[in-house]
Amino acid sequence: MTPLLTVDDLSKTFRMHHLGQALPAFERLSFTLSAGEFLLLSGPNGAGKSTLLRTLYRSYLPTGGRLIYQSEQGPIDLATAADVDIAHLRRAEIGFVTQFLTARPRVAAEEIVAEPLRLAGTPRETALDAARHWLATFGVKPDLWRAYPTTFSGGEQQKVNLARALIRPRRLLLLDEPTASLDAGARAALVRRLAELKDEGVAMIGVFHHPGDVAALIDREIPLKTKEMADVAE
Amino acid sequence: MTALAKAMPQLVTAEPLMRFDSLSKRYGPVVALDDVSAHVYPGEVLGIVGESGSGKSTLLRMMNLQESPDAGTYALDLPDLPPNLFDLDRFERRMLCARRIGIVYQNPHQGLLMKNSSSGNVAERLLIAGERRFHVLREKARGALDASEFPLDRMDAPPVELSGGMQQRVQLAKAIALEPALLLLDEPTTGLDVSVQALVLDTLKRLQQDRRMTMVLVSHDLGVIRTMADRVMVMRQGKVVEEGLADQVFQDPQHAYTQQLVHAKL
Repeated sequence: MTPLLTVDDLSKTFRMHHLGQALPAFERLSFTLSAGEFLLLSGPNGAGKSTLLRTLYRSYLPTGGRLIYQSEQGPIDLATAADVDIAHLRRAEIGFVTQFLTARPRVAAEEIVAEPLRLAGTPRETALDAARHWLATFGVKPDLWRAYPTTFSGGEQQKVNLARALIRPRRLLLLDEPTASLDAGARAALVRRLAELKDEGVAMIGVFHHPGDVAALIDREIPLKTKEMADVAE
Repeated sequence: MTALAKAMPQLVTAEPLMRFDSLSKRYGPVVALDDVSAHVYPGEVLGIVGESGSGKSTLLRMMNLQESPDAGTYALDLPDLPPNLFDLDRFERRMLCARRIGIVYQNPHQGLLMKNSSSGNVAERLLIAGERRFHVLREKARGALDASEFPLDRMDAPPVELSGGMQQRVQLAKAIALEPALLLLDEPTTGLDVSVQALVLDTLKRLQQDRRMTMVLVSHDLGVIRTMADRVMVMRQGKVVEEGLADQVFQDPQHAYTQQLVHAKL
């Protein structure tokens, strides 16, 4: 079976013009990921785990290699795909769950969570009902649903973030420390949800501060190592 | 590009709503635009950032057909339009802008008749498009003001009596009254205090989501661009130095100038 994602010789180096230096995050990385597989990225701080996730999501531009993703409409190289295709895949197929919420001021939690459904054309009330369901699932109290998450604690913001990230079905989920700052109840709800998604065939790549949380889900592990900075000519 | 990558067609096959190619403009010795090309897909928000004099406002004026370039083309993927909109005469340009392109200026004095009523300002746009029935003008103006979250009990007040944030809402109502295909926003929140700025941005975001409105937003405020834009174009000295998805440009800027700009943000 063709893997959902084929990472082929992927490299990422940050070039910092003001320092005249380049920082390699990872070099010539290759692996595959199939539907329903759960892959853990491990390594010390600065090893490039989050960088790899952001490169897969194209928030960071790869400096070499290919990222062949089998979309519902056919294969596409995420490394070189047009912005419009990446935006489409983010709306429809690839989700990114971070530990940080980027909330617009004065927008209610339920509206933020409902947004991915509304962008996909779901009527407002239906999208809000789904948003309330997921907020409840992750333990956000009903009296906070109409409040602005910019005023929430880190843990509450994280729950809003999870509800938003998981409200739409995806084929590939990129998980960047999604359990960080969650209380035990929300962590258990998240792990249950990830297990359901895995059973439904969603492929996942994740970084976890406490991998033990998801030990039962992990199929494979990719260890990453820290790299040295190098001088470059401007 | 590898053979495999070449074999992969683009997933999104829709045509861009707006496309401009190789626009160049000089004002005497000053190069305002130097071979600028870009496109915007339907429902997308393109943010344009850059320092003063980078050419971003010149570019926006060209999108609103207020100026012509020395070279280059501009097309909208709408029925009955020529392949290059700069071929239109003055009257045709005015009609196209009134009916299909809305604009909100930084300075409300530029976009509004300050002593006419707010509803009259909105109705003016409808009059240009040929509507003459008073009750229709009134109802459509009311609808556009309401969509712009303008308090309807003030709809007959002239903009000169309103706050800056309210004046921007009247401009917005005027711009969206005819449901334009393209909405141009020229520093729409500059000069407003932070809380009013947030409210205006919310209204814009809501309109964009509810109506899938295509927008081009020019701002030197990176926070505003980050909040609103799907894609970002960075301009410097009349050239596009970088273009990409908003999160990519902000998180992994490639060009030295973009890095400087992003890292300078407080």
